[in-house]
Amino acid sequence: MIKLDKVSKKFGTGTFGLFDVSLVVEKGEFVFLVGSTGAGKTTIFRILIRDVLPTEGTVVVNDWDVVHLPKNKISSLRKKVGFVFQDLKLLLDRTVFENVALPLEVAGVKIEEATKTVEDILGQVGLFEHKDKFPVQLSGGELQRAAIARALVLSPEILLADEPTGNLDAATSWEIVKLLSDINKKGTTVVMATHNADIVKSLGKRVIHIEKGKIVENENHHINAHEHKESHADEVQDEKLEDHPSHKASDDKGGNE
Amino acid sequence: MSFTKTAWKNIRRSPYQALAAISIMALTFLAISFFTFLLVGSSKVIDYFESKPQVTAFFKNEAKPEDITVLKSQLQSTGKVASIKFVSQQDALKIYREQNKDDPLLLDLVTADVLPSSFEISTIKIEDLSNISNTLTKSPLVSEVVYQKDVVSTLSAWTGAIRKIGITLIVLLSLVSIFIMVTIIGIKISQKKEDIEIMKLIGATNWYIRWPFMFEGIVYGIVGAVIGWAIATAGLLYTTPFLETFLKGIPVLPASYLQLFILLGLEVLLAAFLGIVSSYLAVLRYLK
Repeated sequence: MIKLDKVSKKFGTGTFGLFDVSLVVEKGEFVFLVGSTGAGKTTIFRILIRDVLPTEGTVVVNDWDVVHLPKNKISSLRKKVGFVFQDLKLLLDRTVFENVALPLEVAGVKIEEATKTVEDILGQVGLFEHKDKFPVQLSGGELQRAAIARALVLSPEILLADEPTGNLDAATSWEIVKLLSDINKKGTTVVMATHNADIVKSLGKRVIHIEKGKIVENENHHINAHEHKESHADEVQDEKLEDHPSHKASDDKGGNE
Repeated sequence: MSFTKTAWKNIRRSPYQALAAISIMALTFLAISFFTFLLVGSSKVIDYFESKPQVTAFFKNEAKPEDITVLKSQLQSTGKVASIKFVSQQDALKIYREQNKDDPLLLDLVTADVLPSSFEISTIKIEDLSNISNTLTKSPLVSEVVYQKDVVSTLSAWTGAIRKIGITLIVLLSLVSIFIMVTIIGIKISQKKEDIEIMKLIGATNWYIRWPFMFEGIVYGIVGAVIGWAIATAGLLYTTPFLETFLKGIPVLPASYLQLFILLGLEVLLAAFLGIVSSYLAVLRYLK
């Protein structure tokens, strides 16, 4: 369960990254967090794993009061919340296997047990045959899967995925979303930040829409599908154009999948 | 253990930094070993002089054995004397031969007549030395009194100076090695900043991140200490024959292996401590 109550985040410059954000994500839900670049999606995620502290408000993840969490409990929180980072944050000098095994290593799991878990997860995301490759040898979609595998390897109750389809072509994006959706079906709460309107529309899941640090829409998507389409189609279009160069670069790789 | 593996990888991937850290540690422990040898050696020399007959009185050649016996009983009657040993000219020749047995030329030159007979006297209390030596100087039988208190006090002064210089040098070198190690480990932490950040974000505890660096510091310290000790010990063993000749019968050398290994043990402990201190300082400074 995730609960944000009147959360604000003021940055050093005096601007608000988040303003008076309140939201609840129930256990086992699949929620899209949409909004343009800089709207505050990543800030919410970072607050949830206590990478940044909110200026005001209360944050509850499972049973943890995140804001008042003692420092020595932060690592326990992060082990329970899987995070697929927007920039993936894979270690380039380690193989896929080693990257995915890293959370287990950090948690002090024995090597024999870890190997089995990692191989299972790699099988689940379809990377088993690539396990001994280094990140530079993988395509964009494969890298994304590796990052998801790493986020899942400790069997977290919550999975936060920050723009996991941001650099991928449509077909690969769909595979990733399908993977996340499968993970959700197994009981993991999934929050996915995205600005891919097609995916949001077709999956028919709940959408939380934030702009400039404020929640502008927080409803069940299928009820408000029509409204949403109209109000955000333009924005999404803009972002696509902005992202174009990086999009294209990884498309070439992603297409190999 | 995974942290030893990580530390080993860090060392292997930046050999020059490792070399710098190990060199400064080796230099520090070379100095520590060297000064320990000097201090232990000189205190043994002092012990030797202190335990030896503290006054030696050489007799004139014309002194008669009866007179010498009288003088002996006279001295013993003062009650201040712990022991008196009469060394005859023949005994003196024997001692001389023993000391110079490797040098036939010196042996040929000397006969018993050249060497004076003597008393080797030790007192019960060190304060009575001057009294006894005065009595001896006045005696017409005695040609010369060698009063070893002077030797001891000169040696003690030297030892004191060596100790001061040694301790200053060792403290300075230890500080320099800590600074260098902090810098080197700091550089390594900065190089791995991104990895460290990622590991923290996926739930690594502070200690999980710190341990490899701490362990690395300990490894540098211990390897440096072993190298420094080995060089100093090799030097000592190599020079032992020369030093033995130089020290002429003062039982300082050869150094006991047990003591050398005790020194190694203590140095390894100190090295581990220096390693921990410097890597902990680096970790505090560079890992927020």
